[in-house]
Amino acid sequence: MTTQAPTEPRKVVKTRGIEAARARQALWLLLPTLIAIALVAGYPLWRTIFFSVQEANLTSPEQARYVGFQNFWFTTEDGVGIGFLQDPKWWQAVKNTMLFTVVSVFLETVFGMIIALVVNGTFKGRAFLRTAMLVPWAIPTVVSAQMWAYMYNDSFGLIGQGLLGGQALLADPDKAIWALIAVDVWKTTSFMALLILAGLQSLPSDMYEAADMDGASKWTQFWRMTLPLLRPALLVALVFRSLDALRVFDIMYVMLGPVNAASTSMTGYARLTLIDNSLLGVGSAVAVAIFLIIMVIVVIYVTAFRVKFD
Amino acid sequence: MKKAIALFTLTAAIASGSHAGAVTLTIACGAVGQELELCKAGAARWAAKTGNEVKVFESPNLTNDRLALYQQQLAAKSSDIDVYQLDVVWPGLLAQHFIDLKGKVPAAEVNTHFKGIIDANTVDGKLVAMPWFTDAGLLYYRTDLLKKYGYAAAPKTWAELATMAKKIQDGEQKANKTFAGFVWQGKNYEGLTCDAMEWLVSFGGGTIVDSTGKITINNPNAAKALDTAASWVKTISPAGVTTYGEEEARGIFQSGNAAFMRNWPYAWSLGQSADSKVKGKIGVAPLPSGGARNAATLGGWQLGVSSYSKNQAAAIELVRYLAGPAEQKIRAIEGSYNPTITTLYKDADVLKANPFFGSLFSVFTSAVARPSGPTKSKYNQVSQAFSSAVSDVLSGKSKGQAAVAQLATNLARIKGAGW
Repeated sequence: MTTQAPTEPRKVVKTRGIEAARARQALWLLLPTLIAIALVAGYPLWRTIFFSVQEANLTSPEQARYVGFQNFWFTTEDGVGIGFLQDPKWWQAVKNTMLFTVVSVFLETVFGMIIALVVNGTFKGRAFLRTAMLVPWAIPTVVSAQMWAYMYNDSFGLIGQGLLGGQALLADPDKAIWALIAVDVWKTTSFMALLILAGLQSLPSDMYEAADMDGASKWTQFWRMTLPLLRPALLVALVFRSLDALRVFDIMYVMLGPVNAASTSMTGYARLTLIDNSLLGVGSAVAVAIFLIIMVIVVIYVTAFRVKFD
Repeated sequence: MKKAIALFTLTAAIASGSHAGAVTLTIACGAVGQELELCKAGAARWAAKTGNEVKVFESPNLTNDRLALYQQQLAAKSSDIDVYQLDVVWPGLLAQHFIDLKGKVPAAEVNTHFKGIIDANTVDGKLVAMPWFTDAGLLYYRTDLLKKYGYAAAPKTWAELATMAKKIQDGEQKANKTFAGFVWQGKNYEGLTCDAMEWLVSFGGGTIVDSTGKITINNPNAAKALDTAASWVKTISPAGVTTYGEEEARGIFQSGNAAFMRNWPYAWSLGQSADSKVKGKIGVAPLPSGGARNAATLGGWQLGVSSYSKNQAAAIELVRYLAGPAEQKIRAIEGSYNPTITTLYKDADVLKANPFFGSLFSVFTSAVARPSGPTKSKYNQVSQAFSSAVSDVLSGKSKGQAAVAQLATNLARIKGAGW
């Protein structure tokens, strides 16, 4: 290192040239990706934001008219609120989505952790179990939601008729949310388990041997070693699952139908407004609101827990 | 002479076929009950006759889902689908995307259909679509069970229906614990709007929004109608009735697990099919009265040609054929789809397959339209607000009086500056 010091000025010039060339090359290589991102992510996002301040109809988007923030909040001269933020149904959807996210992610993490710890041990048939536990995750959500809807049916369903003796769980949207959480937990716990298992596998085994030698109980090992070391992997998994749960759509839509899904999930509300009611402007405003809500939650998550993605 | 005529028609057919050139059309059909098979068969008959090819696009079961799909296709000006099957409440919503059939279909041909349905398909003087089949809510009942429990005829009022359903249900549940008295469409979607419209009108509660666009829902009769319907849930109807669409209700009735069912005419021929457990035991009657009148909601489907179709001439021919008397007759006999051509209600073959078509003719002609005309492009929102309010009453979350008052406020919000 020190021997290179005298010749440094000349070398820097040379490296800069190479670096600049490399940077140019990298840019060219990245360009197709950047264009693709701009086209498939940037443009739709920009259009959504554009339409959120327009009064527009889905069937004739070209006739859009600028209305400012009226789609969000606007009270007519007769004192009627027509912005979506003045619609109690929207707030019900927000409340239900938050409940769904908190409860289902919590349960998935707990169950996922238990499953991961079990399949992390050495026993016969471990490989089979690791594959088998992914089955619910591999089934498309639409299919599993329909399957569960049949199981919840009060006149022929395994759960509705068999276990509960003819109760209709999905009939009342307030109770239905718990039935939906059960479906999500059933489906996604295995994914959570897989993420946690990956984290567990990276922990050094000699550390546990040492702990055993020192006489630490399994319980202490879990709380003092496993959990703190697992924290980064666990937080990344939590962020992913929370974001997924916040934009849940298919479970509600398939199991409750378009109208009730709109008071159960934010995305269901957005779809009903934008598609069923063909209110392109208001629907886009709702989509922007969902985008902002999720962004705020991500920022809180990342700063509060100091999550590192690298 | 006969030979000459036959030869002439044949050459004419070949000539017109070759004139149009063999094209491939796509038609979007529904898949409720036998819809899809009959649509495929009808399209195939036309294709064989004209030498063109017709692809059938299967659209979703629930009418809300179907509309959403259509809107996306049409807003994108997609030419993928040439002929769309349209619900009777959609012409006002989608008119701009369909070609005007007035002048393209001879007036004499148009006039063979029910005038009311042609009116429903005419938006600002433009004939958006040709009627394909009409629909009206009907009461299906089990003739064998009525007899068993000592009833001579179908119920005339909702109160009578409740009493009969309760008695039959209690009796049948001794042997079959999943047996239900009365099944209908209680899921929160367009179908519930149809069912609830029938309750409203039969109780004299108006039609949500009247023909001048005034919101009329907040009245005691409407409240009473909704409270009456709510009293059926968990007494004569299963708790899960609020999750049923047309096919769920039919599934229960057709497997012999219900005494009464509210459904559309299509359920008749399926109920009479070989694999049906209630074959030969079904009776059909007008829906009961709530005191004011018997009421059935007007349903029905039409065929429209997309403005973005690349083969409009051929597509119009397909629509004319499918909506024509020959095809409507086949559909009436095989699938009990109600014709929109008046003369078919006097056709012996049609009446033989569907004996109730003749006796219930007035039900079909006096069916009540949903307020899609006055509420125009906001109809969907009106319908959703209505079905949600009804749903709240059915699930016991609110009472009729409070629900209609709240609904009136919501509708005012949707109406905003005007329909």
